[in-house]
Amino acid sequence: MNPPAAPLNEKESAATVADTPFAPLVQTNAAIGEPRLVRWLLIGVTLAFLGVFLLLPLVAVFTQALASGVGAYFSAMIDPDALSSIRLTLLTAAIAVPLNTVFGVAAAWAITKFTFRGKGLLITLIDLPFSVSPVIAGLVFILIFGSRGWLGPWASEHGLKIIFAAPGIILATVFVTFPFVARELIPLMQAQGTDEEHAALTLGARGWSTFWHVTLPNIRWGLLYGVLLCNARAMGEFGAVSVVSGHVRGQTNTMPLQVEILYNDYQFSAAFAVASLLALLAFVTLGLKSFLEWRHGSELAAVRGH
Amino acid sequence: MKKTFSLIFSTVLAAAMTLACANAAAAGLLNVSYDVARSLYKDLNPAFAAQWKQQTGQTISIDQSHGGSSKQARAVIDGLDADVVTMNNPLDIDAIADAGLLPKNWAEAFPDGSSPSWSPIVFVVRKGNPSGIHDWPDLVRPGVQVVLPNPKTSGNGRYSYLAAWQYARTRPGASDTDSIAFEKRLFANVPVLDVGGRDATTTFVQRGIGSVLLTFESEARLILANFGADQYEIVIPSITVRADNPVAVVEKVAARKGNSALAQAYLKFHYSAAAQEILMHNGLRPADPAALQKHAAEFPPLHTFTVARDFGGWQHAQALHFADGGIFDQIISRASK
Repeated sequence: MNPPAAPLNEKESAATVADTPFAPLVQTNAAIGEPRLVRWLLIGVTLAFLGVFLLLPLVAVFTQALASGVGAYFSAMIDPDALSSIRLTLLTAAIAVPLNTVFGVAAAWAITKFTFRGKGLLITLIDLPFSVSPVIAGLVFILIFGSRGWLGPWASEHGLKIIFAAPGIILATVFVTFPFVARELIPLMQAQGTDEEHAALTLGARGWSTFWHVTLPNIRWGLLYGVLLCNARAMGEFGAVSVVSGHVRGQTNTMPLQVEILYNDYQFSAAFAVASLLALLAFVTLGLKSFLEWRHGSELAAVRGH
Repeated sequence: MKKTFSLIFSTVLAAAMTLACANAAAAGLLNVSYDVARSLYKDLNPAFAAQWKQQTGQTISIDQSHGGSSKQARAVIDGLDADVVTMNNPLDIDAIADAGLLPKNWAEAFPDGSSPSWSPIVFVVRKGNPSGIHDWPDLVRPGVQVVLPNPKTSGNGRYSYLAAWQYARTRPGASDTDSIAFEKRLFANVPVLDVGGRDATTTFVQRGIGSVLLTFESEARLILANFGADQYEIVIPSITVRADNPVAVVEKVAARKGNSALAQAYLKFHYSAAAQEILMHNGLRPADPAALQKHAAEFPPLHTFTVARDFGGWQHAQALHFADGGIFDQIISRASK
């Protein structure tokens, strides 16, 4: 008989290795099972695809950024408007990510450890920002907080600036990055079940210390992975933020918006300089992610198993 | 492992708090403006700030927001705290007036219909004018490719369309029927209709499409400055349209922010000799004819018409030509067949 379908993913195979004693046999068979030509073809196609769609654009960004020289590159970075956009982007991520982390853990906890009516609805709602266009996400906040919106007149009476200011940008970012942490955690916590928590409770632990000493250590790497994804999106979000930004230079432009503005102003090297910095931030995120996978591969595999 | 974890989180938290404190921004005058006026206000704002400081001793900051004119007007209506708006289309200021943020007779608040500068539609051709384009009839010759933005979505598209219309109907013995025929031939020669003026520039300059680009003179001069005067030439047609750049104080917002006097002075400054020079330096024609005369070499005299006089105003032209099912829709549906 043929062995079960060969694992394609390294992480999944790691999980399989741990579970089945015959795992090495599976792997060997998989290697024999695929003709050499097919393997090389697959690898070749993948590499060519990566080269054209990922590497080439990245190289282009950095080449363009440095087209006017290193001096121009750095002076584009320390331009007050660029600095302010970097600050706003980091501030937005620094608020949106912790908020969504807390929310994500709470939601995943509620969904996986308890049974209640309307759970399906809650899961669907959490997914909403994934399915709604970011432009709509931005417009929603204009409808709520715009000067003709529901809460807009009240906010301006009390001197609160929400849209066309940092709070609106943060709200829009929170909205679009809402599901990342919860979506990472729910499958992981579902897979882990409630046995360990029950044991802790039986041994007399209170809710909080159960969470802190049992649940959190179990989910921490999955959580961190979700946080990194959430962070990448929070820094890179364009559509929703563009709608609520107001584009006041040096004040309400995030880095992606600043890139667009510079590009439209014919300042190509400056635009690509800021873009390259954004790409570097993404690299840091990716690097952290790869580090986690390398360091804690098998634990993460459970997360990816969904 | 637990240590690494809490270390990462506390670092993030500390960074968040530092940043939250650093982001408190000073309030100032906010000028919400159209897309391509950035370099203009980079020159004009410091000049005004210096003059204001000299007169009152106050140090002020002027913030800029740029974007598509209509989008910007929409943002002001939705609550963007603009003290003044500086647009490239009176319709957009009318829309803000309709929302009750400024008086409907805003055009009377400052001289020349509250328009301190203007720009005509001109032709940009490649160096040496290889297609031999000198005037409107050259645009409808077979084989000539005309690049202009979509009149439905962009100001300079609308102005270009109306200028072509005006040219055709002012021929001896001609009428509006001739204009329709002329527009059909013109749009049959248009390979792409971009959304905005900047996109059309990119199509013509960076993608190298088209024999001629129709755009504002200010944008044309910017193309020559940014992409090489040795590669492009400006051609001025026999008749063209005067596109005003109107300004207005958003009175409700300025009053709430206590900026009324400052906003008024800022817009008045646009008409000063110093500001008119800055406007010209940025490729715009000044409202003051004497100032324009001084730079006649750079800004040759033109035969212009206005939308207000010859098309019954923007509201009327918009409804007749550019509304859904209007004349432009009919022209384009046949031109593409």
